[in-house]
Amino acid sequence: MEYKQEFDKITSRYEVKTAALLPLLHFVQEKEGLVTPEAEGKIAEYLGMPVVHVHEVVSFYHLFHQKRKGKCHLSVCQTTACALHGAEGIIEHIQKRLNIRPGETTPDGKFSLSVVECLGACELAPMMQSNKEYKGFLSKKKIDELIDQNN
Amino acid sequence: MEKIVTRHFGQENSHHLINYLKDNGYQAARKAITQMTPAQVIDEVKKSNLRGLGGAGFPTGTKWSFIPQANPKPKYLVINGDEGEPGTFKDKYIFEQDPHALLEGIIVTCYAINSHKAYVYIRGEYIKSMENLQGAIDEAYRAGFLGKGIFGTGFDIEVVIHPGAGAYICGEETALLESLEGKKGFPRLKPPFPAVVGLFGCPTVINNVETISCVPPIINKGAEWFAKLGCEKNGGNRLFCVSGHVNKPGVYELPNGTTLREIIYEHAGGIPNGRKLKAVIPGGISAPILTPDQIDVKMDFDSLKAIGSMAGSGGIIVMDDTTDMVWAAMVAARFFAHESCGQCSPCREGSGWVYRNVKRIYEGLAKDHDLNNLPGIVNNIGGNTICAFGDAVSMSVGSYVAKFRSEFEAKIKGHVCQT
Repeated sequence: MEYKQEFDKITSRYEVKTAALLPLLHFVQEKEGLVTPEAEGKIAEYLGMPVVHVHEVVSFYHLFHQKRKGKCHLSVCQTTACALHGAEGIIEHIQKRLNIRPGETTPDGKFSLSVVECLGACELAPMMQSNKEYKGFLSKKKIDELIDQNN
Repeated sequence: MEKIVTRHFGQENSHHLINYLKDNGYQAARKAITQMTPAQVIDEVKKSNLRGLGGAGFPTGTKWSFIPQANPKPKYLVINGDEGEPGTFKDKYIFEQDPHALLEGIIVTCYAINSHKAYVYIRGEYIKSMENLQGAIDEAYRAGFLGKGIFGTGFDIEVVIHPGAGAYICGEETALLESLEGKKGFPRLKPPFPAVVGLFGCPTVINNVETISCVPPIINKGAEWFAKLGCEKNGGNRLFCVSGHVNKPGVYELPNGTTLREIIYEHAGGIPNGRKLKAVIPGGISAPILTPDQIDVKMDFDSLKAIGSMAGSGGIIVMDDTTDMVWAAMVAARFFAHESCGQCSPCREGSGWVYRNVKRIYEGLAKDHDLNNLPGIVNNIGGNTICAFGDAVSMSVGSYVAKFRSEFEAKIKGHVCQT
């Protein structure tokens, strides 16, 4: 089976094999860019659990994607500290620049926009996560620069 | 003032072992394991008045003493680094800047509760936190501080990072255990408490990152020293996270019992542009909001409880006099509606109902009954759910309505809110 070696390594950290479900899903998503029904099936078979349990977990946690995200995935925080510093305007600006709504990906596959709740970086408000990186003190100018760099 | 948890912050390579060792690194773990009994360690932590800094404020040593040592099952230590309470961002700094302090605390705690395995649950978005902690774990294994027979004794210890995947509810300790077991994060009914039936059905201690990072200094310098730094029944310092309308947002380590006024105006530099304070959340979004006349409160668990709020996670969010409080209530309600896990009907249905209700008021589409119904709706969520999330919806949103009712009424009457 594909990834067998990596799966074995991840599950070896846990006393109970099924506890490795979240890290296995992270691993597969990192490799493939999303969690497909096929991947859910593979993991279910490997862990010896019903595939519906895997799917339930994938759909519960918002960091798991069932659709491919753009190369640059912007997750903008809208919770209190960011909201007080104008998160709404930042989100609007990104929507206008990319012509997509939250949850959508540009047709060329370059950008996705998500609006998320607190990312634990209120000191950087308004902030977002651009792929893995936190970016703070956002302004329209900073957003424009980031979009231009990734376009 | 003597810094404890932040003492290495800002130093060059503060996250590396070489820096940690310069300051008596791993001497507390050595002392505990080679010179103390587990009961002595627990006793020392009890005497220090260290309390759970994730938000609940439960006495740490007492929590450890609940582990039934006669139970033949393995014992586990689980570190809660899910840090999702809006306004809170302190554990991230510990992971990134001083992960060895946490690891040393883990070693001492595991020894005290007779556990040989610790899991550190870190929210999935904290990539750098995971990288720095994993780096520190690797260094500690190589140096013999983790692994088999540490400090030449027969004590074995293994530490594993478990990544979360984006769910606020997993900061609730039993939801965290479910998530760690590979399930969706649905909180468990208590009792049984995790100390008896926790991870994989075994006795488990769950502690916050900051709490455990306080343990090595307590062992090194003694419980009395730590207890004296704080105030009555609240030992040591606390990391306060200040955000919102302040000149210098950030993490500040200050003694328990520092006043909210001092934190806002002295440490966080006051409110920008000469604006006035209108409201402040003192302990994460779940804590009832305070008004300017309440900011002389001391920021310890008991003092905040006495004025009807809570110290919670130490997340302080400041709002100036331009803030529309109905809008702020809507932002909070939206958060709760988004993050309710869906297990209990009062919370699943109620949090959405509250959000839609407040949103209607904010948008000027509401009638009198929308406002009159609101306290009843929030009060029927709190106390009627498995976990404290339902109480948080009640306390948080309920406090905006109770304290700024005139702004809600003005919206319904179609008046523009006074700013």
